[in-house]
Amino acid sequence: MKLLGEDIVTETGEFIINMGPQHPSTHGVLHLKIWLDGETIKKIEPHLGYIHRSIEKMSEKMSYRQFIYLTSRMDYLSAHMNNQACALVVEKALQVEVPERAKAIRILLAELSRIGSHLLWFASVGLDLGGVTPFFYAFREREAINSLMEENCGARLTQNFHVPGGILEDVNPDFQKRVKEVIKQLKDNFHEYDEILTGNVIFQNRLKGVGYLSKEDAISLGCSGPTARASGVVCDIRKSNPYDGYEKLEFDEVVLTGGDSWARYQVRMAEMLQSIKIIEQMIDNMPEGDIVAKTKNVIKLPKGEFYQRVETARGELGVYIVSEGAATPYRCKYRSPNFANLSAIPIAAKGGKIGDLIAIMATVDLIIPDIDR
Amino acid sequence: MDLSILIEKSVLVVILFSVSLAVAAYSTYAERKIAAFLQDRYGPDRAGPWGLLQPLADGGKMFFKEEIIPNASDKFLFILGPCIFMTTALMTSAAIPWGKSLHLFGRDISLQVANLNIGILYIFAIVSIGVYGIMIGGWASNNKFALLGAIRASSQMISYELAMGMAIIALLLTSNSLSIRDIVDQQAGFHWNVFYQPLGFIIFLVCAFAECNRTPFDLPETETELVGGYHTEYSSMKLGLYLFAEYTNMFISSAVISCLYFGGYHFPFIDSLNLPQNVAAIISVFVLFAKVCFFIFFFMWIRWTLPRFRYDQLMRLGWQMLLPLAIVNVLITGAWLTYFK
Repeated sequence: MKLLGEDIVTETGEFIINMGPQHPSTHGVLHLKIWLDGETIKKIEPHLGYIHRSIEKMSEKMSYRQFIYLTSRMDYLSAHMNNQACALVVEKALQVEVPERAKAIRILLAELSRIGSHLLWFASVGLDLGGVTPFFYAFREREAINSLMEENCGARLTQNFHVPGGILEDVNPDFQKRVKEVIKQLKDNFHEYDEILTGNVIFQNRLKGVGYLSKEDAISLGCSGPTARASGVVCDIRKSNPYDGYEKLEFDEVVLTGGDSWARYQVRMAEMLQSIKIIEQMIDNMPEGDIVAKTKNVIKLPKGEFYQRVETARGELGVYIVSEGAATPYRCKYRSPNFANLSAIPIAAKGGKIGDLIAIMATVDLIIPDIDR
Repeated sequence: MDLSILIEKSVLVVILFSVSLAVAAYSTYAERKIAAFLQDRYGPDRAGPWGLLQPLADGGKMFFKEEIIPNASDKFLFILGPCIFMTTALMTSAAIPWGKSLHLFGRDISLQVANLNIGILYIFAIVSIGVYGIMIGGWASNNKFALLGAIRASSQMISYELAMGMAIIALLLTSNSLSIRDIVDQQAGFHWNVFYQPLGFIIFLVCAFAECNRTPFDLPETETELVGGYHTEYSSMKLGLYLFAEYTNMFISSAVISCLYFGGYHFPFIDSLNLPQNVAAIISVFVLFAKVCFFIFFFMWIRWTLPRFRYDQLMRLGWQMLLPLAIVNVLITGAWLTYFK
């Protein structure tokens, strides 16, 4: 059978469809080539490169103060965490001690954006599986977080707030009050999420036992974040290699052993509650003082290689910088969580149905600009 | 044939036709308003007061959109698909009794286009033809997603028609008639079939959702899986016809459910008021429409609350749960009729 001169059925009778780069549930320009037998998926081949902006190469042409802000455009839902990773690697190389207040604000903003990111994920899981209303529930709270971000960082999505040695500006005087309001709203409304989506039998049947990813696969594919933790991999960087004072905080690393989409769903829902716990510990004990450590106007890193990793909302982001002692990096490499997590999809979806692929893509929670960079 | 009957029926057909289309058009408005209500937002409110002109704006937009017929498609079938779907959607309303008889110009005017003695079979037959509209449209588009959507649609609708038919058989055992007017009249005075056939009603309702391709059974057009499903390649008013016909189907399904299980145009206490015939007839039309509106609301309420099934889960539900349940329902009804009546 041919369509426009191209075979759409292979010799073994498999039907090839291209999901993306324009497709409603790939959330961006991801292109999956899928070999189907009826509705069953035989093979998936991800095709990348539709949103490559050469961020790594651009980073090499920019100073250590400037390159931080390119990373807000990678995983745009974890802009604060990405910025934090870049700021941390420069601080590590310069051996600068960041003031306590800056650290506290960094953690608060990072955890707020983690909640915001997971809320968007919750919204899109519902949407992908056919329930439109959860989207509006989640966006009600995400809107509150976005407003808070706008008040303090000036942007709602791609926030640029970190500088080497601390943060750009002090937060608003009413920051603590506003964060408490947002957290209260979130806690008051969180049960509604369970009522509309988590408890729904149709929804549970769509996720339970779907897209199984074994612990061995998760490790060998380099998965990280909630995707790997749902398969039983202990990999929270905030616990294993704490940065910016996470070691002083009490929170649990959510690890489940289910490995299926349902486990991934539960991990993210539980992580939101853990982030709330972190924010509640911090918000009343914010230290006073400086917000940025003194650094030279033109930052030059010493010769050598520097690596720093942070836990973004989707997993482990690593920033690797090779410095020749100049004002720009010689080589800059980002180890992005989504690229590694993407490789889990062909394995998890194999043998499933088309509907399962949607559930898997929704629960692995990919951000496409972070895959290509 | 008597000329006056011809005129009477023609007028009725025209009215029914316009009412069906108007209800379908305002269902789109209601859908968006109800969605907005459930999602805590305003919904359309720009076109006219409370956005009441929104369906006209939507319809006008559809007409002015560019008409694209893909090169790789089969042009005749591509155009035929939405035509069949829309035609069959409008045809079913003929067998539904919309109210009691009016007395005008010295003669009784029945508010039913055709009081067929096989009314239910007629509706089933027409609905089955509607599947061809989707199949032909999906196949003729020569698009992979449309083909998958068409396959899903045809197998889903055929599977659920079985369970639906079985649910109806139990109802027919008690009513002893295939004419919808007879069934409606038997329910006068609160003897609604839903009290005698609760299981049959639930099966029928679920199947009606599947037949109308409504969430949670909107597998043929799952926008997150198959982009647009069988109407991926359609644009302009052809797409409009598909979308429109779905709302018409929903309207007709609600009317059929009301007639078969909820007493149609009868409502307890109103029958016993001894109103003049014409007043009673007009009230009965409103009673039926109130029931229909409730079911249309119910359809929408479900759509904006539940996520959708997966394709194999849907088929399993149809074949392994609804069909056996419907058969059991037939057996129970038969046993009850044999031993207790």
